Amino acid sequence: MQIFETIGEMLSFTFMIRAIVVGLLVSLCAALLGVSLVLKRYAMIGTGLSNVGFAAMVIAGVIDVAPLALSIPVVVVTAFLLLRMNESSKIKGDSAVALISTSGLAVGVIVMGVTTGITLSICNILFGSIFAMTAADMYLSIALSAVVIIIFVLFYKQLYAVTYDESFARATGTKVEVYKSMLALLTAVTVVLGMRMMGALLIASLTLFPALSAMRICKRFLSVVIASAVIGVVCFFVGMVFSFALDLPPGATVVGVNLVVFTIFSVVTFVRQRGLR
Amino acid sequence: MALIICRDAAFAYENKIVVEGLNFQVGQKDYLCIVGENGSGKTTLMKGLLGLMRPKSGTIETGDGLKPTQIGYLPQQTSAQKDFPTSVYEVVISGRLSSRGILPFYSWRDHEAALENMEKLGILPLKKKSFKELSGGQQQRVLLARALCATKKVLLLDEPVSGLDPVVTAEFYHTIEALRRETGIAIIMISHDVRSGVEYATSILHLQNRQVFFGPADEYKESDVGRYFLRGGEFR
Ligand SMILES: Nc1ncnc2c1ncn2[C@@H]1O[C@H](COP(=O)(O)OP(=O)(O)O)[C@@H](O)[C@H]1O
Ligand SMILES: [Mg+2]
Repeated sequence: MQIFETIGEMLSFTFMIRAIVVGLLVSLCAALLGVSLVLKRYAMIGTGLSNVGFAAMVIAGVIDVAPLALSIPVVVVTAFLLLRMNESSKIKGDSAVALISTSGLAVGVIVMGVTTGITLSICNILFGSIFAMTAADMYLSIALSAVVIIIFVLFYKQLYAVTYDESFARATGTKVEVYKSMLALLTAVTVVLGMRMMGALLIASLTLFPALSAMRICKRFLSVVIASAVIGVVCFFVGMVFSFALDLPPGATVVGVNLVVFTIFSVVTFVRQRGLR
Repeated sequence: MALIICRDAAFAYENKIVVEGLNFQVGQKDYLCIVGENGSGKTTLMKGLLGLMRPKSGTIETGDGLKPTQIGYLPQQTSAQKDFPTSVYEVVISGRLSSRGILPFYSWRDHEAALENMEKLGILPLKKKSFKELSGGQQQRVLLARALCATKKVLLLDEPVSGLDPVVTAEFYHTIEALRRETGIAIIMISHDVRSGVEYATSILHLQNRQVFFGPADEYKESDVGRYFLRGGEFR
């Protein structure tokens, strides 16, 4: 079988194994969190965070510190800021995200402009690279993804309650702000972890597509969450295989596979609903 | 000691006062019915009682160790989105969150309570149905089951019978009354249906952007405002 040979060959490269391990975990985290993000209309937060992450990565490259060490705290702080701005009525949520996201991009580009002779590839930061992972990065990513997944599972019922009906949750004594912050924090960590491989411009789609596809076919919240996780993980792996076999950029290929799945699910649902009437 | 004491409270949206002069209290086993025309500030007051809104002036105190986690609530309009993918059972059991607290997952007691409340409201057969595909009346009963799951000491209901047919409405009042008698849970209900309100409630709070009556239901029936309102029946 041609396909298994390709996969076997792919897994013979250490950098590929690292990329796939981290990518699968990040896809899983992103797909789980994505359900709440999409349903709570927080979908744009991922985009805002990844652009700020871009700036952090550039600065980390310039001042020569480990990219994750700088970008994780910066993006986490941004996530809290975005939530605060979302709450305050002065700046509307979507403008807040657009503000922060374009500012992040601008800061990154300016820093690149003023520093001459840096070795960063802007293309790699924006669109991702599978060569980005060192062994240490991989272990850190595994640990952090595990934390994200464990917190998600432990606080699943709170996340459901806050996603479904925030004011009921608040009225009956649930600390809504805590869980919203938790969601933002977990999203921030996931975005940073996935950014270097998927690219700053593409990572946010990992939180959107699987959840949106899952919502086409599932009616229970739990089934949506599970389907989203499965779709996210499968699409990532399929995307990597394609990217390897056809020599395409990995981040974009994974997004492409997600887009195809979403389109198929949408068409099938549409036809089925038409057929029933 | 009363569960809720409201002293001279007023509520405002962006400095525009919508209801004021609120002086009343709710004790254990009380059944308070809040009446008044549309826009008279009933829902606003309920948001205040739930702590979703702060009083502009005055105070709302809770007594008898009442905590938010002991309150059940049926909103007039659910703030949840119409097309949210969730099953009936998921909605109902989410009412148990406040008693479960930060312990992970729901216990078998939580599941039992959810099933019991669904049984009580006749929605057990809908358990696996998708919430958004139910009729308005069915959705109302699902949200009531969720409220019952959350209730330990006080149950707040905002226009619970609107959208229910007469038979279900009668059953509904019966269920609430039985609940109060058996468990001593205090009921605070906003209702358009003054007649049933006076029939079941122990006390009445009448709002007209300010408090125009608070007292026992029997007294309300004899009062000017009560007689006028009951005669009018329907009011807008
Ligand atoms: N979110 C809001 N912002 C501004 N005004 C509001 C808001 N909600 C209600 N109001 C106004 O407050 C008044 C009381 O509303 P409400 O408490 O919902 O009345 P009721 O429940 O008795 O029908 C109305 O005039 C309404 O227009
Ligand atoms: Mg109202």
